[in-house]
This record gives sequence, C-alpha cells and structure tokens, in this order.
Amino acid sequence: MEIIRFENVKFKYNAGHIDEVKAVDGISFSVKEGEFLALCGHNGSGKSTLAKLMNGLEVPSSGNVYIGGMDINEETKLTASEKVGQVMLAPLLMLGGELPRLNTKIKKNLFEIRKTVGVVFQNPDNQMVATIIEDDVAFGPENLGLKPKEIRQRVDWALESVGMLEYKEGAPFRLSGGQKQRIAIAGVLAIKPKVIVLDESTSMLDPSGRQEVLDVIKRLNKEEGMTVIMITHFMEEAAMCDRVIVLKEGKILLDGGREIFKETEKIREAGLELPIAARVAFRLKEKGMDIKDGIVEIGELVERL
Amino acid sequence: MTIKIKNLSHIYNPKAPFKKVALDNITLDIEHGDFFGIIGHTGSGKSTLISHLNGLIKLQSGDLTVDGIDLSKRYDYKQLRAKVGMVFQYPERQLFDITIERDVGFGPRNLGLDKDEIDKRVKEAIIKVGLEFEKIKDRSPFEISGGQMRRAALAGVLAMKPKILILDEPTAGLDPKGKKQILHLINSLRNEVPTIIMISHNMDEIFENCNKIAVLKDGKLKGVFTPRELYDNSSIVVDSGLKMPSVYQIISALKAKGYDLNAINEEELIEQIISAKGDTL
Repeated sequence: MEIIRFENVKFKYNAGHIDEVKAVDGISFSVKEGEFLALCGHNGSGKSTLAKLMNGLEVPSSGNVYIGGMDINEETKLTASEKVGQVMLAPLLMLGGELPRLNTKIKKNLFEIRKTVGVVFQNPDNQMVATIIEDDVAFGPENLGLKPKEIRQRVDWALESVGMLEYKEGAPFRLSGGQKQRIAIAGVLAIKPKVIVLDESTSMLDPSGRQEVLDVIKRLNKEEGMTVIMITHFMEEAAMCDRVIVLKEGKILLDGGREIFKETEKIREAGLELPIAARVAFRLKEKGMDIKDGIVEIGELVERL
Repeated sequence: MTIKIKNLSHIYNPKAPFKKVALDNITLDIEHGDFFGIIGHTGSGKSTLISHLNGLIKLQSGDLTVDGIDLSKRYDYKQLRAKVGMVFQYPERQLFDITIERDVGFGPRNLGLDKDEIDKRVKEAIIKVGLEFEKIKDRSPFEISGGQMRRAALAGVLAMKPKILILDEPTAGLDPKGKKQILHLINSLRNEVPTIIMISHNMDEIFENCNKIAVLKDGKLKGVFTPRELYDNSSIVVDSGLKMPSVYQIISALKAKGYDLNAINEEELIEQIISAKGDTL
C-alpha cells in the first residue's frame, strides 16, 4: 500500500528572483507503508526540501505530491476535498480507515496530511513549545481536538515509547540533547502519524544520544509498523534501512536496497562517504585484493578476510 | 607550556537548589604545538572547560595559566582573547555585519589596530579559509551557503591572529565533503596557529587529527591519552559513554580472528591487511 507519492516534483526557492535556487529538480518516487527508507545527499542536495514537501510545509513549483494511497479518481478527489475538505474526509476515514490520496497543494488537505506525516527536525530546541514535557507532547493531540482522556493516553504512550515517561512532569530545558530529541519525537508520535520523517534528527546528538534515538525509531518501524523516512548523511545510518535513495543536486542518483553501496563511484559523486566496512573493502580491492562486492557491514568484512 | 590547568573546579548555581558541579578538580597541561582533543558525553564539562580558557567563565577555584597570563589574578581580557581564538558550535550563527569584509574585521577593529593592518588581516583571513576575497567581500554573510558561512565565521577568528585556536564541534551539521574540507583547512593552519584544541563527538575525527585526547566524564578528567593508548585501553572511552572510532571495530574483530595488527587508523589498517595477506600467500 502506497503512502507517499512524488510525481515529477520540482521546487524552487525564491522563484522568479535573481537568487532563485532549484532545490528539487524532477523527482518521482513512492514510499510503501511500513517501509524504512533513508534519504541521503550532500548539503544542498534537496533532502530537507523533500521533508517539507512531504507534509505540505512547501508545495511543489510543478508536479504533485500525494499522501495516502486509496486510489480514488483524481478529479473526484480534487473537487471533493476542495469543496468540503475536512468534513468530507472524516466520515470517509471512519468508514474504510484508508486514507484517500491527498494532494499537498490543496490547503484543505493539510490538516489530514499533517496527521499522517509527522516531521522531526534537526534541532530539538526549535521544536519545544511548552515549559512542561507532558504539555509539550500533548500539543499535537490537543490540536487534533481529541478528548482529554484520549490525549492523556496518547501522551503517556508516546513518552513510554521513547523511554521518557518518568520525566513527564519535568521541564524540557533541563534535558540533554538526546533526551530533548526524544521528546520531540514523542510529540510527533502522539499525533499517531502513519509516517515519521526524521530530518537529520540525530546530527546534533552525541554518539550515545544518537543510538538512543535510532533504537526508538527501529522499534517503531518493526513493532508498530510505522513508515520511517530518515534523512541523513551518515551512511552508517543509511546502511540499516531497507531502502536508500541518494540525491544529488535535486535529482535521484540512486534508489534501491543495500546493493546501492556497490556503486562506490556514484556515492562519492554525491559527496557522501561509504560506510566504513564498504570503504575498507573497496580500498582493499583497489589494491588488488580478491574481495567480493557489496560488503556493507563490519561482520561481513571480517568474515571475508 | 601553553596552557596549564591545576585543580580547576566549577559549580553552576553554587548556592541554589539546582547547583551542578560541572568541573571537578581538573589538572592538565596543553603544550605548544598540540592538536588537543577533548571528548566526553553531553554534560561532561567539555564546554565549561574551554570557556575558562578565554575567560568567558570566571575562575572559581584552582589555577589556570594561558600562554603566560595567570587567570587567577587580575588580567587584561583583551590581551587574553587576542591570544585565544574561540570558534563556537555553529559559528555561522554569530555572523552579523552587513558585508563579509566588515564582519571578519570586527575583531581586529576592536583590538584598535590601524586601518591598513585591519584590511590586510581581513584579506589574509578570508583567503586562508578558501573564499575568494574580491568576489565575496562586499556580499552579505547571510546570502552565501552554509559551508561558506562557517568559513567566513572562522575567518573572523583568524583575523585576530590567535596563538591558540579552540574549536567546539567544528564539523557538526556538515556533510562528509564539508567535514573533510573544514578539517583540511584546520590542519593547514598549523603554521600560523600552533596550538589547536578541538571538541568533537565524531571519534573518527578526533583520533585521526589529535595527538592528545582528554577524556571527561561527569566533570572529572579520566586522563589525557594518545590515540594509541586509547586503542589499547578502549574501556576508558566506552566507560565514559562514548564509542571508539568506527575503524576500531574492524580492527578489534580482526584481532579476535587472529590477525596481528597494531593499526590505529584506516590507512594503517589497509596496509597491514595487505601485508598480512601477502605473507600467507
């Protein structure tokens, strides 16, 4: 079941001005529910723009982004949601539970889209809205208009999921970076999105903080079946995903499973580093050693030597 | 001896209920010519320690001498800060002036230098960080790319001609290529700035560049080690809540498999694997 679909999406910042920047240049791909996907690329390759396009913070200059997968007739969908927006969608969702395909260009879809796709950004300090941790996590569900009891349950569940329940009455500013980022993730989880997008959410954390966050994400994907899209330039992180998309200058350079790590030239061309084991294997091969292609993990490399 | 720290302790909010011991009896020396790494878990006291070195935090207890200036006595802040250049995390956030040339010149202007000297220093610093002076000097620091902004911010510190350069996470948030460029740049400064102190969470970076590494945990110093010493005693790093560099895992797994290796970086590892394989053939 498809949950996100990009159709020939182009996006420019400052369109029409002298400092116009083409951030996304004709990208098409789709993401299935339950997928664990990494989006990689150098700074300025368009990664973060893709995240913003996924929940309608930005809309394509041309092309379309669709969220949800129930295949209904394009025209019906446009007029239906344009005319009645939320009112129309709610009963539809209650009936089938499936989300119709929603175009991010249509303003009235945005509420539903942001319920479906939650984005966690790079800097946790910019994502805190309240002075008490549980209030912060409750911000999303409160805005969904849920009943207090339901909000209570969701907040506890979300904090539990990230292992921060015991801190719920504390203040966010007293936490470490890794803990704050886990609170930011809990805030998104409490909305119960189908998709969680992490935009370099571990880059400001120390190694153990990064590991904490990655463990939470992996578990949510495996146990709750949540679709995870991880934007990163740590190739070690990308190597633990099922699928990796490598971007270069707003275009898709590589898209596939772990076999993409064989494309050493292209990965370097994209301004990225191979994971350490792949890099060592590649260099040994360059020096004339007989070693098979496609080594990604340290265990595999050690076994081969 | 460039920097001498003796029994340095620091407590935040000493008389309040939220009192926190940030540094607990630290004694260490940093010598002229060191590329000195500081590692530790978040909250271990790294930033508090470096903030002492250019007088941003006042000495509470202990002794501290920086290039001949005794910070436990009255001293000239300007003189100290001209010697010790501090590049904070995300230094590009500190850019503020209308043009890059003016921004880089802010420090030297405050030193009260004459105009010719300021212009000369600004130009040199901008070129040194790899930006094209003529092309970029009149542009706003806010309309260049993130990587360029970081370079411009670094130029502002270099224009002070410091003898000691302190870098707090200089590569955070950059992509692999940007990281390499900044590290290359830092290494290229060694002639002008003999002593460099670097905080980083990226162990690969620390182990590949530093000759000495201080390990902090909960405000206490576990010791100052060479990269090789830490390779032989990795528990010091791991017990402090940190990870060894990524190449260490390969090296230790190969050692467990019976390889005789003493590599401490990727280059050495590759060489040693090749020669070990050569022997068995």
